[in-house]
Amino acid sequence: MSGALPVLDRPLTRNVRADRSPTDMAAYEANGGYRGLRAALAMSAADCLQVLKDSNLRGRGGAGFPTGMKWSFVPMGDACSPGHKYLICNADEMEPGTFKDRLLMECDPHQLVEGMICAAYTLQADVAYIFIRAEYHKATRLLQEAIDACKAKGYLGDNILGSGYNLEMHVHSSAGRYICGEETALISSLEGKRANPRAKPPFPQVSGLWGRPTIVNNVETLCNVHHIIERGADWFQSLGLTADAGTKLYGVSGRVKNPGCWELPMGTPVREIIEEYAGGMEEGYQLRGFLPGGGSTDFLTVEHLDLAMDYDTIGKAGSRMGTGTMIILDDKTCPVGFVKNLTEFFAQESCGFCTPCRDGLPWSAQVLDDIEHGRGLPEDMDTLQRQVAFIGAIGNTHCALAPGAMEPIQSALKYFREDFERHIDGGSCPYCDGGNS
Amino acid sequence: MPVIRIDGVEYEVEAGGNLLEATLGLGLDLPYFCWHPAMGSIGACRQCAVVQYLDEESEQAGRGRIVMGCMTPVTDGAIFSLGGDRAQQFREAIVESLMLNHPHDCPVCAEGGECHLQDMTVMVGHRDRHYRGRKNTHRNQYLGPLIHHEMNRCITCYRCTRYYRDYAGGTDLAALASRDHIYFGRHQEGVLQSEFAGNLVEVCPTGVFTDRILVHDYTRKWDLQSAPSVCTGCAVGCNTLPGERYGRLKRVHNRYNVEVNGYFLCDRGRFGAGFVNSDKRLEYPGLRREDGRYDALDHHRALQQLQAACNQGNLAGIGSPRTSVEANFLLRTLVGPDNFSPGFADSEQPLVNLALQLQQDSPAVTPDLRSIESADAVLVLGEDVTNTAPRIALALRQSVRNRAYAMAADLGLETWQDAAIRNLAQDERSPLYITAPGDTPLDDVAAGTDRLAPQDIACLGQAVAASIAGDSNEAGQDRAAEIAAALAGAQRPLVVSGTGCASGEVMQAAAAVANALCTAGRQAMLCLAVPEANSLGQALLCGADAPDFSALQQRAEAGEVDTLLVLENDLYRRGDGDRIDRLLAAFKRVIVLDGLDNATTSSADLVLPAASFAESEGTLVSLEGRAQRHFPVFPPPAERRPAWVWLLACLKELEREEAGSLHHFDDITRACAAAIPGLSGIPAAAPDHHFRNAGVKIPRQTHRYSGRTAMRADVSVHEPKQPQDEESALAFTMEGLNRAQPGSLLPYVWSPGWNSNQSLHKFQGEVGGPLKGGTAGVRLLQPGSGPVVSGSTGPEPFRAEDGQWQLVPRQKIFGSEELSALSPGIDELVTPAFVELGSADAESLGVADGDGLELGDGLARLELRINDCIPAGCAGFAAGHAGAENLQPLARVTLRRAEGWQRREPQIIGSDGGGGND
Ligand SMILES: Cc1cc2nc3c(=O)[nH]c(=O)nc-3n(C[C@H](O)[C@H](O)[C@H](O)COP(=O)(O)O)c2cc1C
Ligand code: SF4
Ligand code: SF4
Ligand code: SF4
Ligand code: FES
Repeated sequence: MSGALPVLDRPLTRNVRADRSPTDMAAYEANGGYRGLRAALAMSAADCLQVLKDSNLRGRGGAGFPTGMKWSFVPMGDACSPGHKYLICNADEMEPGTFKDRLLMECDPHQLVEGMICAAYTLQADVAYIFIRAEYHKATRLLQEAIDACKAKGYLGDNILGSGYNLEMHVHSSAGRYICGEETALISSLEGKRANPRAKPPFPQVSGLWGRPTIVNNVETLCNVHHIIERGADWFQSLGLTADAGTKLYGVSGRVKNPGCWELPMGTPVREIIEEYAGGMEEGYQLRGFLPGGGSTDFLTVEHLDLAMDYDTIGKAGSRMGTGTMIILDDKTCPVGFVKNLTEFFAQESCGFCTPCRDGLPWSAQVLDDIEHGRGLPEDMDTLQRQVAFIGAIGNTHCALAPGAMEPIQSALKYFREDFERHIDGGSCPYCDGGNS
Repeated sequence: MPVIRIDGVEYEVEAGGNLLEATLGLGLDLPYFCWHPAMGSIGACRQCAVVQYLDEESEQAGRGRIVMGCMTPVTDGAIFSLGGDRAQQFREAIVESLMLNHPHDCPVCAEGGECHLQDMTVMVGHRDRHYRGRKNTHRNQYLGPLIHHEMNRCITCYRCTRYYRDYAGGTDLAALASRDHIYFGRHQEGVLQSEFAGNLVEVCPTGVFTDRILVHDYTRKWDLQSAPSVCTGCAVGCNTLPGERYGRLKRVHNRYNVEVNGYFLCDRGRFGAGFVNSDKRLEYPGLRREDGRYDALDHHRALQQLQAACNQGNLAGIGSPRTSVEANFLLRTLVGPDNFSPGFADSEQPLVNLALQLQQDSPAVTPDLRSIESADAVLVLGEDVTNTAPRIALALRQSVRNRAYAMAADLGLETWQDAAIRNLAQDERSPLYITAPGDTPLDDVAAGTDRLAPQDIACLGQAVAASIAGDSNEAGQDRAAEIAAALAGAQRPLVVSGTGCASGEVMQAAAAVANALCTAGRQAMLCLAVPEANSLGQALLCGADAPDFSALQQRAEAGEVDTLLVLENDLYRRGDGDRIDRLLAAFKRVIVLDGLDNATTSSADLVLPAASFAESEGTLVSLEGRAQRHFPVFPPPAERRPAWVWLLACLKELEREEAGSLHHFDDITRACAAAIPGLSGIPAAAPDHHFRNAGVKIPRQTHRYSGRTAMRADVSVHEPKQPQDEESALAFTMEGLNRAQPGSLLPYVWSPGWNSNQSLHKFQGEVGGPLKGGTAGVRLLQPGSGPVVSGSTGPEPFRAEDGQWQLVPRQKIFGSEELSALSPGIDELVTPAFVELGSADAESLGVADGDGLELGDGLARLELRINDCIPAGCAGFAAGHAGAENLQPLARVTLRRAEGWQRREPQIIGSDGGGGND
């Protein structure tokens, strides 16, 4: 890390130290911290929003929705009925294979807080929550300390830095369910209700937490905000290699030599991430496929290694970039067992609100379990295929959990069909018999 | 009106609705579970899926997307497919998913044959099971004596909790756990606390929540004989469908009336008719012997006795506010108006007359329940409606949502978007102010509660009226100004009061508020609750000057009358025992017509067994002045007859001229209408016995009513002729037509493919709208032209007196009403009579919760409950409960510790939520 001038090409991880120790207020400010906040307060909220829109920042929580556009639906000024407006940071991070937000929060909590203050200012929100996965107790503590330090310095509270703008910020530990990360279920949970998602419309931007205008953004998304406001949209655009702007925290897990998480330019090719940063496959293992963005994305295979990791490219290839954290399937791991594990997770995490997900996922998991253990029947392939169509299409279920849950199955049936058939025909798992997994 | 296309056919539909509603309204079948016409949409079950196309091109190409009918607004030009393969396969897959864990126990399930899940399963065509796994199972809970729980049958549609919590305001039933383990129950076993819990039986589309009384004495819907009826539990007049088999009343279901009860009843109404099967019912006339015991007579001999008594004596009569206009009219005709007392307690009679007069005079509208739901600001003065007119409380709970609907309209949300509106509005509510001499179960949704003595309630009401009228506001009346502002700021303000706290001044104050609102140009409503199913009809029949008990007694003591006929009235509930003893002793002969053995029948010289509401036709006038007809569900057994039959026969035996033209029940109704101007509208309450539905009668039995011969096979294999019904358009058979007739003649709901109560929509013009054949009942009251005098300042404020407590009645849904309290299930929920005091007052007496108190000089000995909502200087008492008969509302009594009192063992009880500490 260099001295006075912050590193420009890796804005999100510039304060991440090799030993992963947290950056405190002094170190954060010494490295240019809270300059973005001052820059924002010197601008109007409308100007901040314009910069955000121009920057083409897209949500890092999985869906890649343009952040500026999302924010522009929040009623501003007189168009907003009197009362609170809320900003919520989604730090629930329970997507299988995903650990990027944890890195950001544990190593540089002030970055998230600064990003949130700038975002809240842009939205003219007066209350902000960090809804954080319960297991992230270290990050919870660090964020609370960062908030307290900000209050002491006048970065949070009433009349922030003499601007007349007020904001309070709270950390809330999640109820410990995957569905709590779905933004409307998160809101229900934060209100103390069952973590059931809500039908849209109305969107949270107009009727969210306690029925008031609310924005929910991912940790990584929010960590970008003050950088963009400070350095401008063009700078942010210039960071990306493809049409998508900025940097991205990419992660790799599975049988690679060096699993981990790196901040790289948006659009870095998959091969580069796996081979250069993750060090390639472990000795004796071949790559068979990978879930590009967490457990709820479709498999891609060797043929997709040269694609750029950005929202549109991965989308066109039939998957989703999701959280940008890949899970690698190697040639000695049974794809049926792999998918079965994931499906059991999703079945367990179903909130139970809508029928296809609540009752369909456990059935799918059971069929996969039967196949994996050699109890599968030929018609089980039809059942799975039917379930994919039934549960997997957006709109068939009340929220996106179930379609996400079906993505690994659907793509496994496409790419690894013969593995399923060998289980059924042979009456046992060929990988287990082979002495693996 | 938007035009939508469904499977290539264009339909004009109501704007603002959703596709599911519209589809059902068009008479098409679209399966659903989580949607409910009274509760709107949440999109949980995904059963109502259809395919929607962007435009004609995509329709042709078959490129549509699955959407939920219940969540999709109908917009002009929208194109849908219901019948296409994709939509059908999806809907079949939903039922298949729901059936994964559903037990295959239809044959032993109390829902079978009227199960919405069965209907939908057949409708989607799901038949073969592909799933090989095991089913999830759950433990059931004891939920009290009224509702049976069988959790394995749950399909997780969330209707129960949406109804119980969101709609009815209950707190002790919830969705617990998650994924496919969701459990609908209480946090621990125990009696469900809501006064409206029974509706779960009809709301749940499967057999999870069923009628526990029915489960123990089971009959399938298709084997029930039923008829349109009216609840006699209170004065609201909810429309009901009682069902009978083997001469036993098996259960009561809701009969839809868009202006009265809509889709829901209260538990007093649903479970309170079980007294019809009581062992204490009278089957034979009884003639008292010298030794005080009774000889049973057949009806010929009984009539002879009756005739002889009438010939010998000078007659006086006491009628009954709990039975029909017609029976009362005949008795009044028999004894003459001057000798006919309506049968109210002496203190109650002026109150009921006042309630009627205030409604007749007030320019405010007397609202039906749907109008109550539309009120956007409400003041309740002195009345605990949850316990006196329960269904109104449920309507008031909906009224406080009007602010939410207004907020929703600003966002462009429609009222059926239930979850979205609740999330938007959260705790925002339209103002509801409750002023009562204690806590009430509606307090949780009130903007303000004032617990005051009745005199002070009246003072506050008058101050509100003065404030609305702009009269100077006395210091210390901030609350009055606040309430006045809320009411005056509303579009449809409502004032609710009634006879519940036994104060005419309170009702006058309520009328004053309503009148002031009218004067200020608001469309105000005034709702006054009266005690019994026909209280208002009785006041209309008898007029304000009718003799009360004291007047009759004087007349008897003066020798003017010597023979008393009492109609369906246990006088010992209407005055202290000595007082009634003296009244009866003043007569030479006492003849009682009643259904159940009680203290009054036991004092009679001649007892005639009267049919209950379920075995008799009759017209009742509800608190909103709605005349409604009930019809016999089954013919009365043995020598039991409807009271009107006894009385008409007697008039005929006596060859009384008035009876000459009376041949049918309808003739009595018409004669009454002709004689009594206030009741002139009652013949229109229902069509007369000449009515035919497309040329045929209306069957009380479903077309699948089975085993009619088998029912009597142990007696004879020859099936007897079915009883003939000469008095109505209904028949005691399976033959006839049950379709599109007037709502007052609807004996059950059924339609091909729709065996459950959800078939109701086939009888509605549009979902949630009036029945195709018209709404049952006829309104007798019109808004008046305003009171002759107004501007009373109300009574003197209440002053506590040392050593004296003012008795205020505390009404209980289970226990304060005579007959329901005798019904199985409810009898377990009735608590022993009690007296309530604030803790300071109790301390001054040196008594604690659970101790015994003696009231007055041996008036009553009751258990004490500490309740800090009771105003100082007042003592609440369990109105209508056994042991409290001698207590006069608003009397001042002394209190002292009861000697030799045995404290009760603590008990788990449910009906009233305990002593109300908030
Ligand atoms: C089942 C499910 C779980 C999710 N979990 C998370 C999560 O843990 N963190 C997150 O940021 N977004 C999660 N999301 C996405 C959020 O719903 C939402 O889109 C996101 O927080 C928006 O932030 P962004 O616009 O900054 O991406 C989840 C979505 C679904 C359907
Ligand atoms: S798809 Fe349905 S059941 Fe599954 S998590 Fe979403 S709302 Fe809950
Ligand atoms: S108990 Fe009945 S109403 Fe409740 S969710 Fe289950 S099936 Fe639906
Ligand atoms: S509110 Fe009254 S009329 Fe209606 S069901 Fe209850 S007791 Fe019967
Ligand atoms: S009825 Fe439409 S989703 Fe349940």
